[in-house]
Amino acid sequence: MPRPISPHLQIYRWQIGNSLSILHRLTGIALAFGLFALCYWLVALAGGQRSYAVAVKLLASPLGLLGLIGWTFAFTYHLLNGVRHLFWDAGYGFERTQRHASGWFAVLGALVLTLAVWLLIWHASP
Amino acid sequence: MSLRSPLGRVLGLGSAKDGTSHWWAQRVSAVALVPLTVWFLISLLALPSLDYATVRIWLSFPLTGLLAVLLVAVLTYHSYLGTSVVVEDYVHSAGTKLASLLLLRFLYVLVGGASIFSVLRIALRT
Repeated sequence: MPRPISPHLQIYRWQIGNSLSILHRLTGIALAFGLFALCYWLVALAGGQRSYAVAVKLLASPLGLLGLIGWTFAFTYHLLNGVRHLFWDAGYGFERTQRHASGWFAVLGALVLTLAVWLLIWHASP
Repeated sequence: MSLRSPLGRVLGLGSAKDGTSHWWAQRVSAVALVPLTVWFLISLLALPSLDYATVRIWLSFPLTGLLAVLLVAVLTYHSYLGTSVVVEDYVHSAGTKLASLLLLRFLYVLVGGASIFSVLRIALRT
């Protein structure tokens, strides 16, 4: 029997709370694929010099780099927003201003960390 | 007298007697992943290079190998818990749901097993 589901996306007013909740799930799904890539990287590393060279070539390709940068943002956001969730689970940070501030902190913090990580890599690479 | 219908009893629907265990396992693994993932990311960034020899030597240190095994084990578990909730939320037909969850579990055991096996292959080679 088809029952109404909640929240109804057609009439739901979009705001930072539900957007970040959806982003948490999306980044989680993206990170699942990142885990598969990490597994492949480890298997290739254990397999020897030749299989590792193939993995590095794949990951250093334009598409591979795009994936790695995307996973960096997905990871840093999921980490910061995950800690935000843990604070809620402990009973803290439920006030409107706190919710909004911590939400923006998670998004902007993830962007800053992603930028910092890739600037570091860019500067270190010959 | 039981209020459950015979059909409900046969299908095993209703109380599964483990109310919060999935939720709690997700939080515990999340807490463990905060230091493990941050350690992994910073260690990789701190390596002078990500070429074959450097990464192999790094992973062959006992502490690195131990932490890497713990990381991929907890990561796999946490990711499995998360994506299985996504499947439970969006796959509605009972048969497809069961098949997807089964496939997902097998996939994660494979990914976790292959990752741990690879780290051990590198770490235990002397």
